[in-house]
Amino acid sequence: MIKRSLITATILSAATSGHVLADVTLDAVKARGVLQCGVSTGLPGFSNPDDKGNWKGLDVDMCRAVAAAVLGDATKVKYIPLTAKERFTALQSGEIDLLPRNTTWTQTRDTQLGLNFAGVNYYDGQGFMVSKDLGVKSAKELDGAAVCIQAGTTTELNLADYFRLNGMSYAPVVFDTSDQTVKGFEAGRCDVLTSDQSQLYALRIKLEKPDSAMVLPEVISKEPLGPVVRQGDDQWFNIVKWTHNALLNAEELGVTSANVDEMKKSKNPNVRRLIGLEGPKGKGLGLNDDWAYQVIKQIGNYGESFDRNVGAGSPLKVNRGINALWTDGGLQYAPPMR
Amino acid sequence: MSSNRPSSESPTKPDSTPRFWNDPDKRALIFQGLIVLALGAFILTVVSNTLHNLEQRGITTGFDFLSVEAGFGILQSLIPYSEADSYGRTFIVGLLNTVLVSFLGIIAATFLGFLIGVGRLSKNWLLAKICAVYVEIFRNIPLLLQIFFWYFAVLRTLPSPRQSFELFGGYLNVRGLYLPAPILEDGFGIVWTALIVGIVATWLFKRWADKKHDESGREYPVGLIALGLIVGLPLLVFFFAGAPVTMDYPALKGFNFRGGVTLIPELIALWLALTIYTAAFIAEIVRGGILAVPHGQLEAASALGLPRGRTLRFIIIPQALRVIIPPLTSQYLNLTKNSSLATAIGYPDLVSVFAGTTLNQTGQAIEVIFMTMAVYLTLSVLTSIFMNWYNSRSALIER
Repeated sequence: MIKRSLITATILSAATSGHVLADVTLDAVKARGVLQCGVSTGLPGFSNPDDKGNWKGLDVDMCRAVAAAVLGDATKVKYIPLTAKERFTALQSGEIDLLPRNTTWTQTRDTQLGLNFAGVNYYDGQGFMVSKDLGVKSAKELDGAAVCIQAGTTTELNLADYFRLNGMSYAPVVFDTSDQTVKGFEAGRCDVLTSDQSQLYALRIKLEKPDSAMVLPEVISKEPLGPVVRQGDDQWFNIVKWTHNALLNAEELGVTSANVDEMKKSKNPNVRRLIGLEGPKGKGLGLNDDWAYQVIKQIGNYGESFDRNVGAGSPLKVNRGINALWTDGGLQYAPPMR
Repeated sequence: MSSNRPSSESPTKPDSTPRFWNDPDKRALIFQGLIVLALGAFILTVVSNTLHNLEQRGITTGFDFLSVEAGFGILQSLIPYSEADSYGRTFIVGLLNTVLVSFLGIIAATFLGFLIGVGRLSKNWLLAKICAVYVEIFRNIPLLLQIFFWYFAVLRTLPSPRQSFELFGGYLNVRGLYLPAPILEDGFGIVWTALIVGIVATWLFKRWADKKHDESGREYPVGLIALGLIVGLPLLVFFFAGAPVTMDYPALKGFNFRGGVTLIPELIALWLALTIYTAAFIAEIVRGGILAVPHGQLEAASALGLPRGRTLRFIIIPQALRVIIPPLTSQYLNLTKNSSLATAIGYPDLVSVFAGTTLNQTGQAIEVIFMTMAVYLTLSVLTSIFMNWYNSRSALIER
């Protein structure tokens, strides 16, 4: 499966006809009537199908928000599950329009793959999960450990850096999907599972006995996760970037899915510009004027999405921490909409 | 008729060389040339179009990435490898891991397949049925499931490192099989020399014995003498040289065993699955090959008074091999290609390391996939060439 789709993607990108996919994503999505969105193969809190088969999560909300902005309907999304290894090829080859798949923003990815990162929807960092019987309290005690890890991630590189820097040895056991990684960890194949901290909490819930494992306190890297688009289509890049900004600005201005209709009567010019009653509206983006209204109405603001998927209202119970708005001492900060 | 022929040919005689488009040979050449040109033009268009598109989209191309530092670790490597080595070296590491598991798999599957195949023809009812059941079970379950079975089902039952099974100075646990590793000291070179001398001497003796056999029909115990020369001689030299070897025993340090050699469970699971799966097919090929030997040959052999062992060695097997080898080659090729399923259980083969991690870290899908495909093609062609050579050697020489 993995190989086949990879090769198909490669051949597709090799054989696509003469002209380049510039400034065409918006038209293609509108003509198709559906947004093709690349998500993970199952990561609770970010992109994971629920028991009814509906995709849920912070990254899924990014897909839904863009669909609401472009098509006016958050349900018009086709979710395409991808492994970490497949994701960039799928985006490059045009198999998907948008990749919000807990993907770390790095220089190589931004500059050499023909891709653009449209913002950061979650500030993460890499951590370690160990079995409690191991009796380890710090990552510094992990010399000689076998480490389960997902293939094709920045985690693989950070892990190597961290152990090399601390003069420790390790044995990397590399799996394709996070499910397999968890299985390997449960089977005792490795002492440690490493991934982004948010994922560790999510994967811990998937264990048969979540209490048997603990997450070590060390965070060994910066992992800004965000939605990715193809380079060279600036209009689409702007749409994704400003959809994300609209989610953040809505939270900052206190506009929620529940009160957005009421807010139409608001005197606050910032609110009026946000929901498209005044100001730049949708023209510059090639969208309807009420695009941000649709996003907030159907998805809610960033805070609602966070709470529902990874925060207090979810099984993960992750603190807002650095993902709080800048007004609350966090890093989430959106440029003004004017 | 004979009087007619010259008269019908005579009108064309004056320009007996037809126009070149009417000459079938030349016409064929022209068409072939056109097709080659068209194919070349097509390939050129695809390649230049791809390069153009990649450049337009700002995707880096070329093979420069091969010399860039890789920066990730690999679980098993047959050559020294560290994170500071290049992506080019990850290619070699992955390639060698693929070759290793394919080679081990081919050897083991051939042995097991021959045993099962012969067993299925046994007169012993129980043995024959057991072999039949084996074949039906293992060739009908998808290979990927078998790999998962050996990896996840069997692995889970093994103990953690601290409760390892101990066997012959080695340890078996969920992290793999840890064996003592011999460390060769100075003076071991003489043992190698003895081994080479033994092999050369055996070869010379075999030639001499064959010649004598052809001349006089006398038999020599070639097998015993070969054993003595190849195994006995180096062993003797080894002890006379004062056993210049020390063993490096694995020991539990921290979380895991250190020292010795480690057979990682991924390798064991993949090897087992490939062997067991392919052996089922080989068994059927062997059975077919043996059944293809005409019964008359057996009767002729017993009429000559050949004992059973010799009948098998000199009559049945040489003739069966002619039927067996061509499909056996396909099975070897299949096994090599199937080894790429390693990526599902994290065995660091070429697909997992190079077409997996390296591809993803560099993003250069086309170059990486191209190299990977070239490797499988080369491995398959090499296996194929070797087996064709062997086939032509064992083929029936028509007189």
